[in-house]
This record gives sequence, C-alpha cells and structure tokens, in this order.
Amino acid sequence: MKNDIILSGVGGQGILSIASVIGLAAVENNIFLKQAEVHGMSQRGGDVQSHLRLSDKNIYSDLIPLGKADLIISMEPMESLRYLPWLSKSGWLVTNSNPFVNINGYPPVDEIIAEINKIKNHIIIDADTIAKEAGSSRSGNIVILGAASPFINIPFASLEDAVRKLFGRKGEEIVELNLKALKAGRNFSAQ
Amino acid sequence: MTKLLLLGDEAIAQAAIDAGLSGMYAYPGTPSTEIMEYIQSSNEASVRNIHREWSSNEKTAMEAALGMSYAGKRAMVAMKHVGLNVASDCFINSAITGVNGGMVVVSADDPSMHSSQNEQDSRFYGKFAMVPCFEPSNQQEAYDMIFDAFEASEKYKIPVLLRITTRLAHSRSSVILKRTIPEKKLCLPEDPLQYILLPAIARKKYKTLLATYEAIKFDIRISKYNSFKDGRKRDLGIIACGIAYNYLLENIEDIVDDIPILKISSYPFHKDLIKDIAHRCKEILILEEGYPVVEEGIRGILDDGINIYGRLDGTVPRDGELNPAIVAKALGLPVNCGRDIPALVKMRPPSFCKGCGHADMFTSLAEAVKPFGAGRVFSDIGCYTLGAMPPYNAISSCVDMGASITMAIGAADAGLFPSIAVIGDSTFTHSGMTGMLDAVIKNSPITILISDNSTTGMTGGQKSQATGRIEQICKGIGVESEHLKIIIPLHKNHDENVRIMREEFEYKGVSVIISSRECIQTAKRRKSSETSND
Ligand SMILES: Cc1ncc(C[n+]2csc(CCOP(=O)(O)OP(=O)(O)O)c2C)c(N)n1
Repeated sequence: MKNDIILSGVGGQGILSIASVIGLAAVENNIFLKQAEVHGMSQRGGDVQSHLRLSDKNIYSDLIPLGKADLIISMEPMESLRYLPWLSKSGWLVTNSNPFVNINGYPPVDEIIAEINKIKNHIIIDADTIAKEAGSSRSGNIVILGAASPFINIPFASLEDAVRKLFGRKGEEIVELNLKALKAGRNFSAQ
Repeated sequence: MTKLLLLGDEAIAQAAIDAGLSGMYAYPGTPSTEIMEYIQSSNEASVRNIHREWSSNEKTAMEAALGMSYAGKRAMVAMKHVGLNVASDCFINSAITGVNGGMVVVSADDPSMHSSQNEQDSRFYGKFAMVPCFEPSNQQEAYDMIFDAFEASEKYKIPVLLRITTRLAHSRSSVILKRTIPEKKLCLPEDPLQYILLPAIARKKYKTLLATYEAIKFDIRISKYNSFKDGRKRDLGIIACGIAYNYLLENIEDIVDDIPILKISSYPFHKDLIKDIAHRCKEILILEEGYPVVEEGIRGILDDGINIYGRLDGTVPRDGELNPAIVAKALGLPVNCGRDIPALVKMRPPSFCKGCGHADMFTSLAEAVKPFGAGRVFSDIGCYTLGAMPPYNAISSCVDMGASITMAIGAADAGLFPSIAVIGDSTFTHSGMTGMLDAVIKNSPITILISDNSTTGMTGGQKSQATGRIEQICKGIGVESEHLKIIIPLHKNHDENVRIMREEFEYKGVSVIISSRECIQTAKRRKSSETSND
C-alpha cells in the first residue's frame, strides 16, 4: 500500500490540522508516515503545501516525486492546480470551491473550475457552506478531509477517532461539530 | 518502547531532553525554531526545570550554552544557518577552549531559501572550527545522533555540530525513544586555564584541537553514521550525504543491490572511505544537500583518473535544495511529471496580515518620504521586510539582522539626508542596539523607526526581549527625549504620523520613532486564550 497525498492552501487555512488528523490515524493503524510541512515566511498569506506519505513499507523521501501523488486535497481552488505536476494520471483532486483572494489579478473562478474539470478524477466541494450547515464555519478543512476520505487508505472510523483525539482538549461540543463536518464531507463524495 | 510522531526539530529536542540536557539556548529562526518551542512546551522539561528561555541573539545563546557546559552540565544551542554567522566568534573559539559538560550546536540550513537571505552550508563551519559535524538523513537518526553527539563532546572535550536542512527540520515521522540519561552535576573544569584564551594558552589548546580533529575520525560514535554498501555492478558508485540518501533510495529502491553506495552522515571522515568506493567504480556521483563540500574535497586538481559527477559539473544544479526529481535526472532515470501548472495560476507571495500595524506604518512612511525622494529607507529582517512589496515599495535594503541602522549611518556619512532605518523590535534587541550607540556617539543625522509589534512575528510569535523596554533602552543609549517619539500605526492617526515622521527626518541628529501596535496574530491568540481561561 502506498498513499501519497499533497495538501494545499493558503497560509492560515488549516491544512496542518488535516495533516494531523491523517497522521494520528496512520499511527493508530501502524502505517509508516512521513509528512513535510511548510513553516516560516510563506505562512503569511502565501501558498502553502504539505507532502503526506503513507505506506506499509519504510518511506525514504520526505517529498513526493513528481507524477506520483495519489491525491491532492486543497483548501482553495487555484492552489489545487499549483500541484498538478505531482498528480499521477489516475490520481484524485479534491478541492474547496471557495477562492481565497488576497492577490491582484486572481483569475476568474469559472476559468479555474474549467481547468479542474479537465482532471479526470476530481471533486469540487463548497466546503464553507457545508461547514456552516454542519454548525461550524471554521471546520471547512475537516469537511474537505471527509470528502477526500474515500481516497485515503485508512478506515473512516480511524479518521473519526483521530478527530476526537485532535479536538478532544477543546471540549465535547467542538469534537461533535468536527465529526459532523467530517461525515458531511464524506456524504458529499458518496453522492 | 515509546514511539512518537515528531518533526525533525522535535526529534532533536526530545533527544536532548532524554540525553540529560540541563540548558537549551536559542534565538528563533526558520527552520530551527521548533526545537526550543518543543522544549518550552515539554512537560518533562518543565518538571526538571531545564533552562529554556529565548536569548537576545545567537551569540548570547551560544555563550550561555558554553557557560552551562563550563559548569559541567549538558547544553544545547539551536539557530538557523545565518544565526551561526552571528555566533561564529564564540563557536570557533569554543572549539579551542573545548568544553566540560557536553555541548551540541544545532544549525538548520535552508537550501532554496524558503525563508532566508542565503543558502550557506553549515558543514563549512564544522570544518572551519574543526569540530565533529553530524548530518542526519532522517528523524530517527537525528534523535540517535544527539546521544552520540553529547558523548563525543564530553569524551573529546569539544563542541559538536548537528547540521540539518529545512526538509528534515519540518518533516514528521515516527521516532523510537531511548532510555533517558540523568542530568550531570555541577562540576568545574579540571584545568583552571582551559577557558582562558591568552595567546600562550591558546597556542597549546590549538595544537590539542588539531590532534583531536584527526582522532575523532576513528571514533565509533561518529564513524558509525558513515557506511559503505557494495553493489553487483561496478560502473557507477554513489556518495550520498545526509538527506540526499533518502532521495537516492526513493529512486533506486528496486536496483539498490546493483549499486555501490557510500552514505556520509558525519564529518570529518577517514579518506579511505572515499578511496574504497573510488577504486571499485569507474565513475562517482556525489549527492549532497547544500554546497559541494565533499565534492570539492574529492575532485583532484592534478589527477583525473575517475569521472566525478556532482554539483560542480552541472549533473546536479549548483544551487537549491535536492528533491527526488533532481536526483532522478542525475541518475539518468526518467521523471514522469504530471500535468503542467495551468497558465492562469498566479504567484501568491507572502503578504502583511489583514490589519497589520507594519502595513499602516509603511503607508504613512511612504507618504512622509515622498518629498525627499526614494532610495533612503534601509530596512531589516522580519515581517516588516514585506514593505518591499507593492503597493508600498518602501524599502531599499534587507541584508542581515541589525544592518538597517548601521547602513543608514554609512549612507548619512556619504551625504544622504535624510537617511532612515526601519527595524523590528526583536531585531533591534538582537543587533540594533550597538548600531544605535554608534549613531548617538557620532550624532549621525538619521531617523530610526522601530516598528514594534511586541513579538518576534516572522518566526511565529515568540517572546521578544524588547517588549516594554524599547523606550528605556533608547534613552539609556543616549537618544534625546525630544527626538524620541511614539506613534500608534492606525489609519485614523495617519496624518499625524506623517507629520511626526517628516519633522524627525528634518532633524540633523539621531531621532527615533517607535511605531507601536501589537501583532494582530499574537493579539488574536492572546484573546482566545484569555477567553478560554475564563
Ligand atoms: C541572524 C538571524 N537570526 C534569525 C533570523 C530569523 N528571523 C528573521 S526575521 C526574525 C524576527 C524578527 O522579529 P522582529 O524584528 O520583531 O520583526 P517582526 O517579524 O515581528 O515584524 C527572525 C528571528 C535571521 N534572519 N537572521
């Protein structure tokens, strides 16, 4: 088993929480894991990405080779396209549909969507609205994780456990909201 | 058996705690910051009361670590690569004094300059100072090396350098912990002259260092991290250093038995290691993250019996960090790139956070400077360096921490008036205060604008030594009270702030404007922790 995942977004959008959930679940399942994060300068509103590698064997490189990623999970539509050189021909792209506009000349959203539609396996999800409906506008990242979960080689129940663990110290209410967000994302993809 | 999922930085921190650390010293800097942060938030460290306060800069940090080591206890100091420039005076001389308690220096390099001004390679410093240098290839090795580093440090009475790069520092993997070692007791050096580098003593100590640098090549604690593995084929042999070994294995996992590989993860190494692989193979490829340190040592000037490939002949790019694709190309393997990035994807450079006080300060500064003309604002390193970006285009320099004030002095000496420095609060206490003293003593006609957000923002909001002290420090250094102004960078104060800036620019002596408003990121965090504590 090998599962190479690129997480992308803009600094501050919470991609590291997605990585933490997958990481906790991977450890529970005794899966080898390497996860390269971006810290520092670009966290100030710049583009950020994380390479997350899961395998049943020892993993060497912290970075995913070009053309080998099985999945891109993106908090932002334009950012999802930045990592296409890494996506394998059979890979999936799961992205939020809501743009984060903090630069001049941000491209028209319909043109971005048209580019995403060129990828055979993709899911575009309005994570912000679904998160709001699930009761927590700040759980968009967990909604997207839910939507991407069918393409991650980890049992869904383990991801749920990891959400419980990660948000546990913030109280039961926050845990429940995030579990709801995770399921709402999962249901969206199942449709 | 305890197994934790740790960043490379965190693995180093956990190892130091487990290896009996008594004092951790550091100044923040990407990608090294998380080492100190991990120790500060560690329960064990707090129970044991390991010293774990930020220092004013890397030099003060290293000197404090040396003092802890003098007193017989284990100390670690961590910094980013350019921090080692600041601390290098202590670093190089500490190799000559030697140590008492074990001392480990961690320097985190940033090839490809993700968050840095340059991509210097700290292994050069190891050689320059003549100290052992470890270069881990993964998180577990980083953890294990710290134990050997402390032991080697105590055995040879020498500081030990651990060199990591961004990808290891900020990549997470599981790490198996060892049994912990108790802290050392207070114990002064046996030789009362050990640390007194008067020439007569230093000459003797230097000879000792030269001998030690030879001897350590044979020490198992150091040499065990270098290993040779023969291959079935003898055409191409590969030397892979540190993290480069991972990118190599990623590419040749299926044919690894075919290829002779020398893995280098510690320095200095014995030259027979190189001779062994070179005698077996017709060609050698050298993969190293950073400068061609090993390659330069191997490439002969007079003898050219064997083909050597690496960064110097362009087989591997001369600059930038390695990745699996670069290594594949160097090996002549195909790279199956996915789709191209669509043309509509725009760059998204870092920018000021919404509501940042630096941004309001630069809006006022840009207007205040206008009548005098561009090219006269010397800046420094921190979030406020983003004042270089449009729409502000407000600064003309960012070189090294503290250089804003001193470059403004030099430009003023040359006749540039007004000459203006913009410096952050943490940068000011790191390296700005001494420059300010120079300015005061010669009464330079400069204006120093301290953009004070009460934190070390760029590296994630660590405590700033300057907080609550800037005004007092300026007065203590000798800045006149009439020309020490405090402004609040808010849109509503814009006109007033422009007026104050212009007035001070016109003054023919040292004037200081402290532009003071809390970083909105730390303010947000403070407010949310205050409400959750209610
Ligand atoms: C010698 C050296 N040490 C550390 C760094 C890393 N570094 C860059 S900016 C910065 C923080 C500056 O803080 P401050 O001056 O308060 O500005 P802010 O980012 O808060 O605006 C640090 C620690 C560096 N570039 N050089």
